[in-house]
Amino acid sequence: MATRALHVNGRQVSITIDDPDMPLLYALRDNLALKGPRFGCGLAQCGACTVHVDGKSVRSCVTPLSSIKADQRVVTLEGLGTPQKPHPVQQAFIQEQAVQCGYCINGMIMESAAFLAGHKKPSEAEIRQALANNLCRCGTHARIVRAVKRAAEMS
Amino acid sequence: MNIRFQPSRRDMLKGGGALIVSFTLTPQAFAQGVPAAKPLALTEVDSYLVIDAKGAVTLYTGKVDLGTGVRTALAQIAAEELDVPFDRIEVVEGDTALTPEQGSTWGSLSIQVGGIQIRQAAAAARAALLEQAAARLGAKKEDLTITDGIVSGSGRQVSYGELIGGKRFSIKLDPKQPVPTKDPKAFKIVGKSVQRVDIPDKVMGTFSYMHDFRVPGMLHARVVRPPAMGATLQSVDEGSIRDVPTARVVRQANFLAVVAENEWAAVKGAQMLKATWSKWEGLPEQGKLYEHVRATKVAKDEVTANVGDSAQALGQGARKISATYDFAIHTHGSMGPSCAIAEFRDGKLTSWSASQATHNLRKQLAKMFSMSPDDVRCIYFEGAGCYGRNGHEDAAADAALLAQLTSKPVRVQWSRADEHGWDPKGPPTLIDLRAALDASGGVTAWESEFFIPQQTPGGFNVPFVAATLTGMPSDDHIAPGNIFQNSNIPYKFPNIKAVCHRLETTPFRPSWIRTPGRMQNTYANECFMDELAAAAGVDPVEFRLRYLDPADMRGIECLNRVAALAKWDKRPSPKGGQSGEVATGRGVTYCKYELVRTYVAVVAEVEVKRETGEIRCTRFYVAHDCGQIINPDGLMNQIEGNIIQTVSRTLKEELKFDRSTVTSLDWASYPILTFPEVPEIVMDLIDRPTAPPWGAGEPAAAVVPSAISNAVFDAIGVRLRSVPFTPAKVKAAMGGA
Repeated sequence: MATRALHVNGRQVSITIDDPDMPLLYALRDNLALKGPRFGCGLAQCGACTVHVDGKSVRSCVTPLSSIKADQRVVTLEGLGTPQKPHPVQQAFIQEQAVQCGYCINGMIMESAAFLAGHKKPSEAEIRQALANNLCRCGTHARIVRAVKRAAEMS
Repeated sequence: MNIRFQPSRRDMLKGGGALIVSFTLTPQAFAQGVPAAKPLALTEVDSYLVIDAKGAVTLYTGKVDLGTGVRTALAQIAAEELDVPFDRIEVVEGDTALTPEQGSTWGSLSIQVGGIQIRQAAAAARAALLEQAAARLGAKKEDLTITDGIVSGSGRQVSYGELIGGKRFSIKLDPKQPVPTKDPKAFKIVGKSVQRVDIPDKVMGTFSYMHDFRVPGMLHARVVRPPAMGATLQSVDEGSIRDVPTARVVRQANFLAVVAENEWAAVKGAQMLKATWSKWEGLPEQGKLYEHVRATKVAKDEVTANVGDSAQALGQGARKISATYDFAIHTHGSMGPSCAIAEFRDGKLTSWSASQATHNLRKQLAKMFSMSPDDVRCIYFEGAGCYGRNGHEDAAADAALLAQLTSKPVRVQWSRADEHGWDPKGPPTLIDLRAALDASGGVTAWESEFFIPQQTPGGFNVPFVAATLTGMPSDDHIAPGNIFQNSNIPYKFPNIKAVCHRLETTPFRPSWIRTPGRMQNTYANECFMDELAAAAGVDPVEFRLRYLDPADMRGIECLNRVAALAKWDKRPSPKGGQSGEVATGRGVTYCKYELVRTYVAVVAEVEVKRETGEIRCTRFYVAHDCGQIINPDGLMNQIEGNIIQTVSRTLKEELKFDRSTVTSLDWASYPILTFPEVPEIVMDLIDRPTAPPWGAGEPAAAVVPSAISNAVFDAIGVRLRSVPFTPAKVKAAMGGA
């Protein structure tokens, strides 16, 4: 058992763990009871677990805690916006009703938010390419692309 | 994306992106034990509706939202019929102690059947409330109006809360004597694109899926499945996980798992555990799958169409055509691997899962543990989309067994490999077709034979993996669902025979995946229709219209509307005259779902790269008539999902296996469609407000594979008859053309 510090959603937190190489996903979900990042494959193939580390999208299911420094800023879907002040991507996903089961949506929003931070006026083809490694099984892709376009126009 | 039926901003009752509606599970869903008895019978209004003293309405439904939006749609139906604001309705789903048994959430029946039951209950409740209000206010019913759950007349008013608050309706419903319902012209909520109640929480990260639920004191578990599907467990080296804190082995017969106090320890323990299993090689060779299917013993033949004398007509036809189609084994491929929690307490079992069929699950768990169903409570929690009977129920059985063996509540989370490897599969399908044309190209005979697994009598319970591995009591059904549907055709030929050879076995435990049978059968039938049209030298839309029942006006309208939407270029296929590297084509398909309900017609546009054999679906046009539309945007969401998911299944998906087990255990070995490959979808929704509402969760999937095959034929003159249409198969077909 060991404690270690993390910076998550704007707060310094301390968690108790057995294994310093436990993937970040389990720290977020099991130690910190966050519900945004989701377990989808554990193989960095689907994107459901995506979070931001220092503003970059990261697959938390294959990111060992030991690779995250205590002062690196981890942001999850919960920390991206608030119900009072949603992130433009979150707002756009609601406006476009771009959800079916929604299990992949955490990854879609986190990946898109990181992408839009560096690409102000993306084309549809660029949006599709940015999300090429995020899988959706319900077939919500068309709406998701519309939502990301809308968010790009808002911000 | 170009959507023709775009709801206006005014139609969006909760528009503007404000986070107004927030869906939360009721506290009852978290409570353990059986709450105070509440009626559950389908024939009691109180089974469906409770109105409290403040006028808040709770809708209880056995139909569950699998990510399709029916929670919202069913609440719309109830709010409309009761005349209460939409956001005053709270929904409790799939709790065997609280919700009526409205049948499993399958077959595109949630609105068609469940919604109608709810509409009837709400209409009966409203009539009773009006009656009581008239007595209370000393007025005639005819002189009263109801707005937002308040009855007014002669300058006075009384609320639903005051009239019924907390009390029961005690009204019987008789399906044979339906209660009069509201005139669709007066609808204010039904027919509108009300925003889905679950989306804000899903988008903000505050939604609780099954995977997020926790029970105090519970253990985490990972199952360790046999490396060969029929192998037996010979020995376990418990010392191999000695170094993983709190992890320990739980075993019964061939069922093996690791439990631990935290999830990562269970994961690590399951990965590190050393066990010895017997060898087993009981699966057929993948390369000879369809020979195996054809050689499988037939349990019984079902004749689903028999008109005239097809054998004689085939013998006399001027021109005979035959073809064989096959459709691969598919996995459900839920994004979230199955997850469940179970707890035994005081001889009673509580099971939390994302099962589409909690009422069935309850009976099946009771059988496995030799308990009375009365001592089992199954509670639904939304999971990742399942598209049919996937691993959720198996995870529920795993959790229940582990809870029994450890005497603690246990949460089981399947791995990605568990999900791809051990969910029940959509069975392989093989179809032979024959037809005869007369000298003028008219169809004189149609014969079809479908080689599909049997549905054993007595139920649709797919056996639990845990029951099979332990030898615990199980129904041992072969349950692929009603996969004979749409083996018959909607076309009027003088001689037709369709036979389903229901096979005794199929290589993998079968179940239903979105549009089971209807997809495979429609694919073969509609491709073969295209073959006949090409043989007759007739435009494929015109050819279908010639043979549709002239009395079936809705079907004809649907096909005509998709042709208009797609600006259909009327000519026979193939297109011809294309010499470039990329050939383009368009293909049509028409389906009347199960030949009795939802109509759907599509036109697919494709590009085929000759050099590589790659197919790109660029656009789908869809005309869709499911009768009365409850929520147009929700319907569009379902249609888009049907099309995109089925493009994936058609172009890419095929379960891979060796003689021992499934080998496509992740997304790299079982690829699905990605964003750059997704087609544009253009829709024409045909709304019929005065018609009954029919299902929409599946029909638009049925039409996709054949539309693609027909479009490829139009582009390059080559007929694809084996799903998935991989580049290698396209190249092989081109080589043989």
